[in-house]
Amino acid sequence: MSLSSRRLFGLMRKESLQIGRDPSALAIAFVLPAVLLFVFGYGVSLDARHVPIALVVQAPDALTASFTGRLNRSTYFEPVTYRSIQRAQRALAARRVQAIVWLRSDFTRRAESTGNAPIGVLVDGVDANTARIVEGYLQQVWANWLVAEARTRGRPAPIAVAEEPRVRFNAEVRSRNYLVPGLIAVIMTLTGALLTALVIAREWERGTMEALMVTPVTVAEILLAKLTPYFLLGMGGMLVAVALAVFLFAVPLTGSILVLTGCSALFMLASLGMGLLISSAARTQFAAGQIAIITTFLPAFILSGFVFDIGSMPTVIQLITHLIAARYFVSILQSVFLAGDIPAVILPNAAALALMAALFLALARARAHKRLD
Amino acid sequence: MTESPAAASNAADEAIRIENVRRSFRSGGRTVEALAGVTAWAARSRITGLVGPDGAGKTTLMRLIAGLLLPDSGRIEVLGVDVAREPLAVQGRLGYMPQRFGLYEDLSVRENLDLYADLQNLAPGARAARYAELMHMTGLEPFLSRMAGRLSGGMKQKLGLACTLVNPPALLLLDEPTVGVDPVSRRELWQIIELLVRDSQTTVLFSTAYLDEAERCAHVLLIHEGRLLGSGPPQDFMAEMSGRSFLATAPIGRRALQESLAETAGVIDTVIQGGRVRLVTAASADPQAIAAGIAGLALTPVPPRFEDSFVARLRTRAVSGERRPTPEVAVTATAGATGGEGKREAVISVQHVTRRFGPFIAVDDVSFEVARGEVFGLLGANGAGKSTTFRMLCGLLPPSAGALRVAGFDLRTAAAVARRRIGYMAQRFSLYGDLTVRQNLTFFASVYGLSGSVQTRRIEWAMTEFALGPLLLARANDLPLGFKQRLALACALMHEPEILFLDEPTSGVDPLARREFWRRIGALAAGGVTVLVTTHFMEEAEYCDRLLIMSEGRVLTEGTPDAIKAAARRAELPDPTLEDAFIAAVGARGAAAA
Amino acid sequence: MWRRVLALIRKELLAVLADPRSRAVLIGPPLLQLIVFGYAASFDLNHAPIAIYNQDRSLASRDLVARFSLSPTFTVKRVLSSGRRIDALIDSGEVRAVVVIDPRFTRDLYRHVPAPVQVIVDGRNSNTGLLIEGYAGTILSDFSRAWSASHGGDPPPAVLDIRALYNQTLDSHWFIIPGIVALLTQVVTLLVVGLSVAREREIGTFDQLLVTPLRQIDILLGKGLPGLIIGMGEATVIIAATVLWFHVPLRGSLAALYLALLLFVLAVTGIGLAISALSATQQQALLGAFLFMVPSIILSGFATPIANMPPWVQWLTLLNPMRYILVVVRSVFLQGADLSSLGAQLWPMALIGVVNLAVAGWLFRKRVI
Repeated sequence: MSLSSRRLFGLMRKESLQIGRDPSALAIAFVLPAVLLFVFGYGVSLDARHVPIALVVQAPDALTASFTGRLNRSTYFEPVTYRSIQRAQRALAARRVQAIVWLRSDFTRRAESTGNAPIGVLVDGVDANTARIVEGYLQQVWANWLVAEARTRGRPAPIAVAEEPRVRFNAEVRSRNYLVPGLIAVIMTLTGALLTALVIAREWERGTMEALMVTPVTVAEILLAKLTPYFLLGMGGMLVAVALAVFLFAVPLTGSILVLTGCSALFMLASLGMGLLISSAARTQFAAGQIAIITTFLPAFILSGFVFDIGSMPTVIQLITHLIAARYFVSILQSVFLAGDIPAVILPNAAALALMAALFLALARARAHKRLD
Repeated sequence: MTESPAAASNAADEAIRIENVRRSFRSGGRTVEALAGVTAWAARSRITGLVGPDGAGKTTLMRLIAGLLLPDSGRIEVLGVDVAREPLAVQGRLGYMPQRFGLYEDLSVRENLDLYADLQNLAPGARAARYAELMHMTGLEPFLSRMAGRLSGGMKQKLGLACTLVNPPALLLLDEPTVGVDPVSRRELWQIIELLVRDSQTTVLFSTAYLDEAERCAHVLLIHEGRLLGSGPPQDFMAEMSGRSFLATAPIGRRALQESLAETAGVIDTVIQGGRVRLVTAASADPQAIAAGIAGLALTPVPPRFEDSFVARLRTRAVSGERRPTPEVAVTATAGATGGEGKREAVISVQHVTRRFGPFIAVDDVSFEVARGEVFGLLGANGAGKSTTFRMLCGLLPPSAGALRVAGFDLRTAAAVARRRIGYMAQRFSLYGDLTVRQNLTFFASVYGLSGSVQTRRIEWAMTEFALGPLLLARANDLPLGFKQRLALACALMHEPEILFLDEPTSGVDPLARREFWRRIGALAAGGVTVLVTTHFMEEAEYCDRLLIMSEGRVLTEGTPDAIKAAARRAELPDPTLEDAFIAAVGARGAAAA
Repeated sequence: MWRRVLALIRKELLAVLADPRSRAVLIGPPLLQLIVFGYAASFDLNHAPIAIYNQDRSLASRDLVARFSLSPTFTVKRVLSSGRRIDALIDSGEVRAVVVIDPRFTRDLYRHVPAPVQVIVDGRNSNTGLLIEGYAGTILSDFSRAWSASHGGDPPPAVLDIRALYNQTLDSHWFIIPGIVALLTQVVTLLVVGLSVAREREIGTFDQLLVTPLRQIDILLGKGLPGLIIGMGEATVIIAATVLWFHVPLRGSLAALYLALLLFVLAVTGIGLAISALSATQQQALLGAFLFMVPSIILSGFATPIANMPPWVQWLTLLNPMRYILVVVRSVFLQGADLSSLGAQLWPMALIGVVNLAVAGWLFRKRVI
């Protein structure tokens, strides 16, 4: 396959002129990622802070006050006092509170005589994830309270084992810190695929592709001329997304720009390759857009591990996730942003991305021929 | 006539050689045979016309020749090279202009030329001279920096042609370059191409659905439904018809005359042409005998046209049963519409109507009236304002100024009931393609408020009148073009409207289907139905009682086809066609403006 | 008039179901989403890989290690003999957490001093990090209680007695899957209604409709009601799948659920009609639907709680009909809600529906006819 530099540059110049004049390519490259990142960045958060909970204390005294005091001081909770358990349960049913903490009238008596006085906790289980996090928070508050209580009374701690949690990376446990880098991967999957798929479909729709094909131009030249400008455009979009992550959402960028750029380039190639593949199947912008959204956006959102843990999925679905480029890029981005350039993460995932990019581009090349059928 | 192509050609003269090529496509679960074994050739340094109606297989053949498709069987040699095997070798010497030429509308004229110069490997040093030459030839010099998207339809086609010619090709493939182009630009395109063949000895394959263009080619390949109906110089086609074409006049109305002639044995074709009827006789028929059958009939012999030979061939095939069975249907005037000749009340009235889109004036102070039972044609090139006028009349667009009345109502503001009185047949026969024929008929009957036994009766009428019975359960999309057109007309007539709006009703259908359609329209008009047609197709214009020619939003001229033709009569053009008249009218306006 | 509208509805349904492209939109993505969301989208933690560095090597510490290995939440991938590789194991993502048992573990247990157990968690995914902390905390406190009971230590004065209501096992599928009922109903309704006018414009039949005696209101109804019918049909299928296939309990009033879905579909139909009125091609309509759909799903509480969003975003969600229907669907499925307790969700949807349909009607008049 011979490449003619004159034909190649001619096509690239045409492509660049069109990008400059056609707002839709710029919109897909820059506006779409920015808007999506904005919506997701603010809309998706798993940080349960200031969770409203109902407090029902049937016989308030010093002991109950020391426990509720701890709840009040915790940033996790926003306790509201209810006078009866019935009212608290109504509030729970109506979603006004996420959980009820119920100290019965014999709480202090039992605590001081037999011990093991039950602290009744009713959690709204509808949102199971939040419920679990609330449970975890309550356990911490309870354990800390036990130790402090024992200390003030000068007695040995009533618990045998003390958990000392330590969080490596993302010490303040902000979900945004890992969601935003993951989002970049999800959004750029869509952007990359849409850019190439729509642009080529447009050439089919307007009949320009048919005219191109009968010139001496080779398929490799057409593909290369499409890939190069849109690769640069996609990288520009990536830059916007990273800048938004760092400056708007204050996600720390621990790793090096160099690694980030290199991996982004591999990912962008895989994404654009996916777009080329789509365009070989779809000849209208309508179909190309639909296929791009269904085959890239949804799987990247659900199966990339950016929010839902891949390790916890059924085995079959775990296998499927290996086919999704975003999966590898999510791992890389979460590490590069929060942990730094960790070769043990970067190298295998970058290798997978490179493989996928090569595979998609080779498939696109094999499927593209200068024929209409 | 249908001589063995191999015998008639000698290998050195052949630019294209097509041997028994078949090609089919799968669409929606069916296999459609686009080319059913075509064998043909095209000579070097000549214009070969690839002529046939829409769906004949012209584009498929073009694409096969350009190496964009592979044949299922058979072989195509272009400039001595097997295209299927070495497409790039052919494409390096080829200029190909697809039906909608792929101009980059967001690039300027110059940037489009640059791109194709790069793709065709024209050295930068040679460009300035070549561009100048091409721009001079196409008259695009003043527009070099204009965006291609902002050129008119005719200019776009010329730029497309220029792009394919940047590096002069040995073979030029033009796929329907004159579709949707106004008559003036059409002539200019032809002049450019004829010049090219004369000066640079380029071989041209020119496909078209306009049968009159066949007469300008050196050699014609006539194809229909995927088969070659004939090939040879157009003169041969016409010679075979000599002495068989006449213009007839009689003291009865032209439509009545056409009806009686159509019923006469020995007449194979009748077409209304202005106030007269053009007829073609069977080879064996005696004109005297035909003339004797109708009182006061006068026959004037006229030179044959290419179309006559096409129609004759189609008729022969229909008789010999070779053709797909298209039952001939008897045309009956629809009941219901009342009134008749004589009453000249204006059913459609347009008074000083103007329509602006932003600063652009699409229709500029247009006035006309249409009487009951009249077939009225709105003629003009793309962008002349005829479609805008048409849409305003249908109530689809409000006018910026002026008043429109249809049957006494402004359809835009009139109660829905008023719309019961009109029927509408859109361009490209807009049907619900996924619905069956019966579902389409039922739907349109229902929305026009027909129900119960009336609906059943009308659906039965449509089935028999249009011979749709056997196709009731077929999806509209799967129908052949001619049947689509019948179904669309049936849908528009379900509620027996008094006024019928037709938007380019017969573009692309084969001549027999077009004749059948217009006979039906004639019968409706005779029954008192008022018909308004828009078209840029001069053929269709001949069927109209009166015409209005528009250009750049204004009325150029109005009158009967004969009157309009008469006005264009010059010493050097004693018998102008409508197209000549149209070009003269546009030219006169251009001169007046300058 | 109704006969004409019925003819229109019939035609619309026939066209949508006969066109392979639109049939694909109705069947493909919903099925895909149901499977993917139903199986893959879960916040539950299963077999999370962890490592344990046991520096104590006593009977007690081995008991603790066994508790971790037996938990379905964790898989103990490594038992470390030195602390050198702890950070590397976490960094490479090989394990999600490392449990470090102090050398003084047994000594502290017998001295009744809280024995320290360090849980080092990978914070890159803070949600799983928190969940791991929570699960580890439960294992440690169970161990703690068992140890105290068998070794005569003082019982703690109070213990947590936690019960989860509505979803006892805290299975997050029960949260996600009923949400899909709302999600897919919205997607399908929006696509059917949003693309219908553009499709007719592309094939040219829309002009044909406009010149028939159909009135604006007839066309509006004829375009809106098929979406309503298909949307409700789709909802029914997914409700059935939720109950019969995924075994999520349906505890509340089905009638209340359908009433709410009807209001929801009306509101979505209004948006679909507006998109229809504004777009000339199916591609524009698809883009419009996508631009509306993504924020409306994200800002609905479908995957992540609204309460976690910044306050100004929370205000914004009040305009989103999906926010309300999600509460209804989950309340009816899991909490056994009936009509009386859903008023607060129903009237905003009704209001949004009325406004949407009015705006759509106005746009139709302005842009379409």
